[in-house]
Amino acid sequence: MTAVTERQQLAYVDAQAADARVNVELQTEEGMVLNLGPQHPATHGTLRVTAKLDGEQVVWADVVPGYMHRGYEKLTEVRTYPQITTLINRIDWLGSFANEVPFILAAEQLMDIEAPPRARHIRTILFEMARVANIVLFLGDLGVQLGAVTPAFFAFRDREHVLDQIESVTGGRFHPNFDRIGGLKDDLPKGWVADTKAVMVRIRNFCDEIEALLFGNEIFEARTRGVGVIPAEVGMSYGLTGANIRASGVDWDLRRDANPGLAHNEVDFRVWTHPDGDSFARCWVRLQETREATKIIDQLCDGLPGGPIMAKVPRIIKVPAGEAYVATENPLGVMGYYVVSKGDLGPFRTKIRSASFSNVSICPWLLRGVYVPDIITILASLYFILGDIDR
Amino acid sequence: MSTLALELSYWQESVLRTVGVLLAVLLPAGTLVYVFLFKMMSFMQSRLGPMEAGPYGSMQLLAEVGKWIQKEDIRPWRADKRLFALAPYIVVASVFLIYAGVPFGPDAVFADLDTGIFYVLAVSSISVLGILIAGWSSANKYSLLGGLRAAGQLIAYELPMVLAVVGVVIQAGTLNMQGIVAAQADGEIFGFGGIGNPYVITQFVGFFIFLVAMQAELTQTPFDMPVAESELVSGYMTEYSGMRFLLFFIAEFASAGAFAAVAATLFLGGWSLPGVDLDANWMNVVGPLVLLAKIMVVSFLVFWVRFTYPRFREDQLQQLAWKVLIPLSLVNILATMALKVAW
Repeated sequence: MTAVTERQQLAYVDAQAADARVNVELQTEEGMVLNLGPQHPATHGTLRVTAKLDGEQVVWADVVPGYMHRGYEKLTEVRTYPQITTLINRIDWLGSFANEVPFILAAEQLMDIEAPPRARHIRTILFEMARVANIVLFLGDLGVQLGAVTPAFFAFRDREHVLDQIESVTGGRFHPNFDRIGGLKDDLPKGWVADTKAVMVRIRNFCDEIEALLFGNEIFEARTRGVGVIPAEVGMSYGLTGANIRASGVDWDLRRDANPGLAHNEVDFRVWTHPDGDSFARCWVRLQETREATKIIDQLCDGLPGGPIMAKVPRIIKVPAGEAYVATENPLGVMGYYVVSKGDLGPFRTKIRSASFSNVSICPWLLRGVYVPDIITILASLYFILGDIDR
Repeated sequence: MSTLALELSYWQESVLRTVGVLLAVLLPAGTLVYVFLFKMMSFMQSRLGPMEAGPYGSMQLLAEVGKWIQKEDIRPWRADKRLFALAPYIVVASVFLIYAGVPFGPDAVFADLDTGIFYVLAVSSISVLGILIAGWSSANKYSLLGGLRAAGQLIAYELPMVLAVVGVVIQAGTLNMQGIVAAQADGEIFGFGGIGNPYVITQFVGFFIFLVAMQAELTQTPFDMPVAESELVSGYMTEYSGMRFLLFFIAEFASAGAFAAVAATLFLGGWSLPGVDLDANWMNVVGPLVLLAKIMVVSFLVFWVRFTYPRFREDQLQQLAWKVLIPLSLVNILATMALKVAW
């Protein structure tokens, strides 16, 4: 037997595949396997969806996450508590501040500290602003996914004002790293409240604009109505949270139902649900949520209490031994931190429950039998941030 | 060309024709890209668009072309070498062939065919071949899906387009493009001949169907399934880069110009101006400009829709063609026939 180098062997195999590839795979009974991702415009990053197609219909599909896994749970074990917020900012990178809140609340619960009322209010304002910044971009991106480019630019234009407001408080546009155990790093700058209320008016106008441009469009309705219907019980069994489950008619919002230490119980807002459970419902619920969030921010800005923004906290933070789980209603759904402390400077173990990971897990069930264009609609309407899937 | 004031020998005429057809293809294409893709789209999306290269970014086009020409020509290893290289030329060639039949003035026409409109509609579908070849030869699944989608879509929308034109042909009583222009210029609406009779007024249903079918033939946004960026990356163009991509890009906008020219000729009176003698020699110079203006009007509609709408799904797109547009155009033909006989 003649010796064949590895290179020659690979070239041979590849040439065989090249001859056979397109033709044979199309003709086999199983159909053609289409890889959407890891590099694909519709996956917001590096999500990979493998779909076996029969023509343009999906026979089965699977989601392969992990291309952007950054090991944050493990990294928290070698960081001190104040350092961890820097890391977890990067989980859901569009609504960064909202990531910090449940972790800080869990740490506060372990240390038995409560933030002063002013800090709680500002925290809630920034929490909701993170939601606005996040979902405004979703509403714009929705258009891009369905083929309309224009809404995305409107979204980027108006989100900029929200980011400006976040930046003028925290110093960071994307990753504020502003929440502290026992309160906040700084107070609000002068004139911020009035500016914010003006920005909220802009955002409400943006919502109206998007509603007219996209939600009122017949093609948009034809593309989203009845596509990717999730019945409530199926959604719950897959652990869907946030707007995805509310769009299936489940009236469940942690901001109202289990307020873990934010100021949501002091404001008046409505939790929107939709009975249909299809892609349109998910997008529509998010649109309404953005409007509600702007109203929450307005109310909180009006009733901002005075006082300190920091509770009495020791200079070196050592968290007493114990376990705490705090979950909040983040832009993408429920985000929770299970923190186990052994009394050290950093946690012994942290488990991060991020919303997108559970939300995307329904894809194999949901994508079966749909057409290729509907994969994109469904992925867009489930709305995930890749950093939120691969922590 | 012999009726022009100057006598030209055969080779001079050939050079003139070559330069003319290159101008006819590239000039509207470049104008459309700059005015609509760069500027109008930007204004619609509340941004400025290119501003640095030249005044108001008007040299941006040259910069882009220069960039594409410089780029490395990447060909997938598994691609079918010859077909892969051939495909963009077929697509571009079909645009040249369309312009060959479109009149720009009383004598400024590359080929004055008796069955001009028939010829134009026939050659316009050659580009499907190029797109299918591109999709197949790229050895890429996205390209393949895009190519097949394009084939299905272009064949489906060829029909309403042809049927919409039939109404015009019945009304004008000729298949000759010059004849259709003349019929519109000499026509009158209820005895009023001041602006002639541009068929957009009497054939408004046909105009609408033609525009929709044109949007689909050009694979512009509500019908851009073949290149659906968020699904198929770039459809049949996914594997193309550099010069070959540039050819596809030119073909996309040049054919937008070509179809707009056909629509302007059929429905907006072509190169003629109301109240101007059709045989005036100077119309050979002004006519192309008039046609260009009308091309801009029609393609404004096309690009306006393109930047506003989300896209259809494949089945919805086919339903629109077969269940709405084709019956509608058949009804339009019947109505036109009945009225033609009645008057």
